Amino acid sequence: MFYREAGDFKTSYAEDNQTFPIKFDRYRYYAVMFAAFAVVPFLINDYWVNAIFLPFLIYSIAAIGLNILVGYCGQVSLGTGGFMAVGAYACYKLMTSFPEVSIFFHVILAGGVTALVCILFGLPSLRIKGFYLAVATLAAQFFLVWLFNRVPWFYNYSASGQINSPERTVFGIAVTGPHTSAWATYLFCLVFLTACALIGRNLTRGMVGRKWMAIRDMDIAAEIIGVNPLKAKISAFGVSGFFVGISGALLFAVYLGAAEAGDSFGINKSFLVLFMIIIGGLGSIFGSFAGAAFLVLLPVLLKNVLVGVLGWPTDMAAHLEFIIVGGLIITFLILEPHGLAQLWRVAKEKLRLWPFPH
Amino acid sequence: MKLKLATLALGATMAAAPAMADLVFPSLSYRTGPFAAGGIPFADGYADYFTLLNERDGGIGGELTQVPECETAYNTEKGVECYEATKDSGALIYQPLSTGITYQLIPKVTADGIPLHTMGYGRTSAKNGKVFSHVFNYPANYWDGASAGVNHFLEKSGGSLEGKKITLLHFNGAYGREPIPTLEALSEKHGFDFNAIPIDYPGQEQKSQWLQIRRERPDFVLFWGWGVMNQVAIQEAANIRFDMENFMGIWWSGSENDVKPAGDGANGYKALQFHNVGNDYPVFDDIQKYVVDSGKAAGAGDQIGTVLYNRGVYAAFLAAEAAKQAQKANGTSAINAAMMRDAMESLEINAEIMTAAGLPNFGPEFNVTCTNHGGEGMAAVAQWDAGAASWSLISDFAPADASVVGPLIDADSAAYAAENNIEMGCN
Amino acid sequence: MSDQLIFGMEVFLNGLMAGVLYALVALGFVLIYKASGIFNYAQGVMALFSALTLVGIMEGQIPFAHVINAIFGTEIHHFGWHVPGILAIALTMVVMVVLAVCVQKFLFRHLVGQEPIILFMATIGLAYFLEGVGDLMWGSEIKKLDVGLPQGINLVIDEVTAGWFGYGFFIDNLDIVATVIAALLVAALVIFAQYTKQGRAMRAVADDHQAALSVGISLNFIWVMVWSVAGFVALVAGIMWGTKSGVQFSLSLIALKALPVLMLGGFTSIPGAIVGGLIIGVGEKLFEFAIGPLVGGATENWFAYVLALIFLVFRPQGLFGEKIIERV
Repeated sequence: MFYREAGDFKTSYAEDNQTFPIKFDRYRYYAVMFAAFAVVPFLINDYWVNAIFLPFLIYSIAAIGLNILVGYCGQVSLGTGGFMAVGAYACYKLMTSFPEVSIFFHVILAGGVTALVCILFGLPSLRIKGFYLAVATLAAQFFLVWLFNRVPWFYNYSASGQINSPERTVFGIAVTGPHTSAWATYLFCLVFLTACALIGRNLTRGMVGRKWMAIRDMDIAAEIIGVNPLKAKISAFGVSGFFVGISGALLFAVYLGAAEAGDSFGINKSFLVLFMIIIGGLGSIFGSFAGAAFLVLLPVLLKNVLVGVLGWPTDMAAHLEFIIVGGLIITFLILEPHGLAQLWRVAKEKLRLWPFPH
Repeated sequence: MKLKLATLALGATMAAAPAMADLVFPSLSYRTGPFAAGGIPFADGYADYFTLLNERDGGIGGELTQVPECETAYNTEKGVECYEATKDSGALIYQPLSTGITYQLIPKVTADGIPLHTMGYGRTSAKNGKVFSHVFNYPANYWDGASAGVNHFLEKSGGSLEGKKITLLHFNGAYGREPIPTLEALSEKHGFDFNAIPIDYPGQEQKSQWLQIRRERPDFVLFWGWGVMNQVAIQEAANIRFDMENFMGIWWSGSENDVKPAGDGANGYKALQFHNVGNDYPVFDDIQKYVVDSGKAAGAGDQIGTVLYNRGVYAAFLAAEAAKQAQKANGTSAINAAMMRDAMESLEINAEIMTAAGLPNFGPEFNVTCTNHGGEGMAAVAQWDAGAASWSLISDFAPADASVVGPLIDADSAAYAAENNIEMGCN
Repeated sequence: MSDQLIFGMEVFLNGLMAGVLYALVALGFVLIYKASGIFNYAQGVMALFSALTLVGIMEGQIPFAHVINAIFGTEIHHFGWHVPGILAIALTMVVMVVLAVCVQKFLFRHLVGQEPIILFMATIGLAYFLEGVGDLMWGSEIKKLDVGLPQGINLVIDEVTAGWFGYGFFIDNLDIVATVIAALLVAALVIFAQYTKQGRAMRAVADDHQAALSVGISLNFIWVMVWSVAGFVALVAGIMWGTKSGVQFSLSLIALKALPVLMLGGFTSIPGAIVGGLIIGVGEKLFEFAIGPLVGGATENWFAYVLALIFLVFRPQGLFGEKIIERV
């Protein structure tokens, strides 16, 4: 009833090409943005930020990054954890080497460094395809973690090899270190997420994104119609690395505050982000959000219900959590292999016709 | 939209927070994941001791204790979530039993004013109370352990390690690399050759490392492992018939879990301890009577007397004593985290207190001061007897070599203070 | 002969033995991939699950005792009997077959025709599920697995080589046993695939699903069978690794050791898994021996992957994989 394009006339190309051409969609988008920027910061406390919002925002960025690579360009990567580590360590080195520069630029630069590393490890993708490539990216995962553990320069020669994020401020307000307030860290990450989502969305709508999708659907055919596979794949690895690096930098600097390569950026992280995009929906920016929200919220929710409300022993709850998460992944795949984003799409289609479906 | 829905859904479940009146000792435990075998007995011991206090004495100073458990699975992010979830419930002290989580929590607890006790793990230089106001690592830390190990080797080889070769076999991560600076300094002082062989997580495959040890034939091997790495290392040492007398683990590599799989081969394996072993203490009889037999035990009740269970009990005992002293100092039974911190900073553990708690001679005697949050670094050596299937201490608690450890701690904590703009306290 | 060369030979031999163990895990992957195109990430967890079940049965543990106790307030944990190894292995095999049937019935029957990445994700879901079930069923403490395999240095080899080179080689008895068992297992698999009706049907399915279906082969049956065989391979791997390091959570991580082996050998080739395993085993041990000390050691985790990556750049389908023919 509300959700339809009838009567929503466009009078210019700019209007026709906008991200959300349907009015209802657009207003919903404005409402979400308003809530995220102007309502949530006043309501949240430390627990909400640290247990839910920061992981959700940061993993959403990582998921968008990985989705560009896997969902749009079809290059399966299991090296996300390693690339996030690159972002984190780059950010740490920048933070400690140039303390006078704003952390904002450090995070962006960390993304840039990660993009370069990601491109380097993406080069074999020109020859290696499918699962072979997936496993090959594991080489990046293990090698990078080993490297950060091994070379003392990366952790400033500290005795234990841990990196700690010192206090840094944006406009005089602390966003890293122990004395942060909930809203500041939240907004800082939100700004990055918004920017990344906008860039990601617009890249995938444009020519670059179309090239990626052509490569994904069939790379030989794409080559024949004039898409340069080298440029397309490398750009996908680069953009993906940029986002993943930003998320790694934020994860370390803002969320965790201290990190160690093997512990915080292990293979599990790679799988986690991959789950997010598959559950959320491959090849969808919204899917990245949905997947991240799902996998961040679900364990917290289960834990709170099982332990907090039902009073079960924590170990049983944790095991059950594994079973439920595993079971849900399977159920999801069986019911809707294209993820939450597809469910959303179907719902929207239904809404468009409602209340006269025929 | 999505977020708001989630908020509503979660808001309902979050309402069930623990009551504020009791003394709250949150237990960030791990009963699942790769290190569950070590985490379970510790968490059981920690919880059972507080249950005992409730059942037998009616709590501490008349206040009931509460040990809300939160599962971290040794995962730092879950650890942070657990900390945030429990800190507002009036938490008095945190003991996360994970070096990784400790590093996350150090700045957070300092900002929130809640003391953090990392007994024999965590950041070694937290011993310097001038920099780390809310972090405590008494009675011993890793560098004390490294020094105590070398001291033992020194004694074994007749007072001189000149020309000897000591190898450190370690977990390739923050925890395993901690002792390296100390051992390097000690090797200069005593003139032994030192080399370090890392093992990557999870450490199920250590053939290369042990072939290297077999080739190089070090006189002594020190071992810093945790989890499955321990069993494999001890098994491999037995396989290459390395003399177990000369193979010594840190306290985290010295529990029954680690030696039992190797059977008789593990006989004679040594491990450092900062508390006593065995189940021959009055407190365990009380735990059996008041906790296990009445069905209130946290676990199956079959872990009593094992090394890690004892360590959990010891951790709980130290926390309870600090709470008692805080109650005494402030004249109130309802203490808060700040009082707890002050009491920990002036904590004094002597034979009398240990005996009164049913733990005579269970650990070293030590004092904590504002500048020294780590005690005297007393550690003893325990040895495994495969025939009797038991650990026994073969030395007294002896202090670490402060002349080597002290300067290293000062240097590392000063670097941390400079990096984070921390002003030195305790003036 | 120089010392380094002798040491190198020892490392080489140990690498071969380690490679056999890797190959054992990789075999399970290959079987399933070949027959159904599923990249089964859960193979490692299956090894853990089978080993847990084996120990549980041998010790007479009551499954889900922990849960039952928590719900009903009972205090049960053991039946109080000990099952001999062989019988326990047979019973565990029954459990693995049941598991295979369930996996087929509840999972992959509903996912026929999906993209490979979806199938891969489903196996990850399965891995999570099995991990939770395994722990809930048998508890998460470390268990010692002893089915009577010998362990420790082989003295004969030690003495003989000491006579030859003046330095006794270290070869673990368990590794020797593992090598023999792996060889027998591969021989049995080859005979099964070549000379039995079910084996031929399995190969037919691997070649072409639709053609196999049209000559009357039941895909469902073949898939259940393949998962059962993979379960058996997982059980053997679980016994070997479990004897080595005790049965606990980390056992599931051996899957990570098998992945480079697969890349190297090709996902579809049984000989590839064996040869790949040997190359990886020898390669990583020799690298750790020769280069490791220069760069600070602990190179084994990543070297296998980098080695496989280098091979792949020259042969994108793996050493023995089927040539990838692409048409538009």
